Amino acid sequence: MSVFVRRSDPHILAAVAALLIWAGAAMADAPKRVVSINLCTDQLAMMLAAPGQLVSVSYLARDRRSSAMADLAEGYPVNRGLAEDVFLLKPDLVLTGDHTTPATVAMLERLGVRVERFSLATDFDQIADRLRQMGRALGREAMGAAAAARFEADVAGLQSDAGQRMARRAALYYANGYTSGDDTLAGHILAAAGLANIASELGMPAGGSLALETLVMAGPDALITAERFEGHSRSEDILNHGVLRRVAESAARSTTNANWVCGTPHVLSAIEGLRE
Amino acid sequence: MTPRALFTSLSVLLVGLFCASLLIGPAGLGIGESLTALIAGEDDPLALVMQEIRLPRAILGALIGVSLGLAGAAMQGYLRNPLAEPGLIGVSGSAALGAVLALQTGVAASFALALPLSGLAGAVIGVLLILMLAGPRGSSMTLILAGIAISALAGALTALVLNLSPNPFATSEIVFWMMGSLADRSMSHVWLAGPIMLVGWGMISLTARTLDALTLGEDATSALGLSLTATRLWLVLGVAASVGAATSVAGAIGFVGLVVPHLMRPLVGARPARLLWASALGGASMVLAADIAVRLVLPDRDLKLGVLMALVGAPLFLHLIYKTRREFA
Amino acid sequence: MTLLSLEHMTVTRGARRVIDDVSLTIGAGEFVGLIGPNGAGKTTLMRAALSLLPAKGTCNLRQLKPSERARAVAWLPQQREIAWPVDVETVVALGRIPYLPRGASLRDDDRAAVGHAVSRMGLEAFAGRIATQLSGGEQARVLIARALAQDTPLLMADEPIAGLDPAHQLSTMRAFADLARDGRSVLAALHDLPLAARYCTRLILIDAGRIVADGPPRAVLTEENVAEVFGVRGAFAETGAGVAFQVLEAVP
Repeated sequence: MSVFVRRSDPHILAAVAALLIWAGAAMADAPKRVVSINLCTDQLAMMLAAPGQLVSVSYLARDRRSSAMADLAEGYPVNRGLAEDVFLLKPDLVLTGDHTTPATVAMLERLGVRVERFSLATDFDQIADRLRQMGRALGREAMGAAAAARFEADVAGLQSDAGQRMARRAALYYANGYTSGDDTLAGHILAAAGLANIASELGMPAGGSLALETLVMAGPDALITAERFEGHSRSEDILNHGVLRRVAESAARSTTNANWVCGTPHVLSAIEGLRE
Repeated sequence: MTPRALFTSLSVLLVGLFCASLLIGPAGLGIGESLTALIAGEDDPLALVMQEIRLPRAILGALIGVSLGLAGAAMQGYLRNPLAEPGLIGVSGSAALGAVLALQTGVAASFALALPLSGLAGAVIGVLLILMLAGPRGSSMTLILAGIAISALAGALTALVLNLSPNPFATSEIVFWMMGSLADRSMSHVWLAGPIMLVGWGMISLTARTLDALTLGEDATSALGLSLTATRLWLVLGVAASVGAATSVAGAIGFVGLVVPHLMRPLVGARPARLLWASALGGASMVLAADIAVRLVLPDRDLKLGVLMALVGAPLFLHLIYKTRREFA
Repeated sequence: MTLLSLEHMTVTRGARRVIDDVSLTIGAGEFVGLIGPNGAGKTTLMRAALSLLPAKGTCNLRQLKPSERARAVAWLPQQREIAWPVDVETVVALGRIPYLPRGASLRDDDRAAVGHAVSRMGLEAFAGRIATQLSGGEQARVLIARALAQDTPLLMADEPIAGLDPAHQLSTMRAFADLARDGRSVLAALHDLPLAARYCTRLILIDAGRIVADGPPRAVLTEENVAEVFGVRGAFAETGAGVAFQVLEAVP
């Protein structure tokens, strides 16, 4: 609870006190069988759920390429996010992202299951918000608030010394020539690591497709590409293009991993990875 | 127009479009500096863009255009039907299936030419099926119906293979394999597909004389001392090599083999042998022009080359069907 | 000189003998009419002789290599096919393929042969026209000119005058007769008995795959033969323009 001591604003203290009282009452009717059907809610839930409270996570949670908590997910039964297999788990709460198939969510709600949606976190404040939201949803408000506070403190610590290094320019380059701009989670990770994003130079704050030749002409100091999936795809062929290897000869090269995928405190590892 | 004048104008057009293809791109470079970088540049970004991105794209566009134009002209000459186009009759579709299978099973990585050869193998099956179902005496109706069936089957199997792939991007690439695109192809694709295409062109050129004679029908052709069996062999292998290699690196680009021979036929006095080289040169120009257009029209959207070709080619296809509809009745 | 020699030719389709043990020889300077009812085997016999069909027995043409055969005999199929809108001269020039090395263009003697064939069929005025836009009869003449341009000692033609108007039937028959007078030979399947009788130097009558009669028109077109094979009554009769064969009525 160190965070509450540090932020000693009396209004906040009062609010927290009120919340704690409410939370204590809420604990009694906290959901007992929670099913998560979204990769990102999987991870938030595994961080905050009480033992036995989370009964299933999505199958993607075990995929090392996209899940930062794949090892932990081995301990949970997995679901494929279909209304039928979720309903058979008799959940009293289902956690989804806001991009989950609307038909599935509508079906579950029609069947009388409570569904809590989590929108995509694209910056660090939103990650803290999602942690708190997850805490509330699971009836573990204090856990959520504490995790959010710890994360905010860690981010503040990182950002204080990021500014000086912004001279280095990096390019994020994914399958199909996609890049992420400053307004995305990846963009914030980049900034926190002290790297300037060339997508912004090129006027793409939200990202978009970046022609290979535009990338070459921009001449980034660092090139950050995505890990390749198994099996072949033409979309990822571009990451093997001869010219990209040539660019990488004169630039630092790094790949994104599971820590970059979801708005969870694991982004801190992504930032640290980039700094090295 | 004399053949010589036609050859000269088509060559000039091709060279012009080839240069235009080199000079057009999102990076917006100056003409002089681009050409200098292309020829003399070393290791600076400009030289990389010219030598590693634009040059392979232009070369591949020209090679694929020659292959598709030539294959269309040869199939039409052999079947004596102006609707016989590799894309429409399912040859490109089966080539795409061969290529996708090779890529997804990992065969493509096993030896250097595995990918284009798999495309070739797929295309051979497509050509053989068409010759079997719609042979030289088949009507346009049979040809189109057989083509629809082969395309549908090849397309479904391609989609199935891509759906089963562990790669999450694979499924969304069904459209690439069906429509084709030259975006972001590299020099390695040129080395991969180029040699097989060249061999295919050589084989198709062996059929020229027989295609001329086939104007008179098969009996008359045999009685002129020409071997239909040999011609069929060179045609099947030549078309399969050209279309198979082209498709394995750029997807199934349709309608080139329909539009180009149709435009060239009046210019060569409808002679099937002359139509071969005219369609080869014309096909290269057509693909380069279409590839320039996709970069100019929607530069940020990776508009598929095949989409543009279909927009041009499908109305012509309808027109040809309208013209031959009596045969359908 | 023997231009065509068949010995014991037999062609089977399934269990049926479409051509049954046929032997014949054609020398130089003959215009031979191959006559017989529909299904008698006229087309099959000629295609077998040209090695376009599998057959038993021996045939001098079948023993040649395809390239040699193309210089020994020209073939005019019944199906009049001109697949592409090429000009008349181009169609006729296809007859020169057996003489041209691969990829070579026409030489002077090829052009002379083409010009000769064009004028022989009276097509000078059509030389630059698109062949597919001509009438059926004109196309037929273009295709005959194509066969003539092949410049072979023997010409085989399958119903070359079917579908022509009377004037062009006569001129075509005359052209074939002229060829024979020049020392070449023509073997043509014909349905028009009066014209066959008038222009051919020799007729071969076949029925059910066998030769019924072979000889000069008068010896072949006897009343019995005509009645038995064609089921009609016909006879040679004096007309204002000489003796002519006439088909009179169906045999009851």
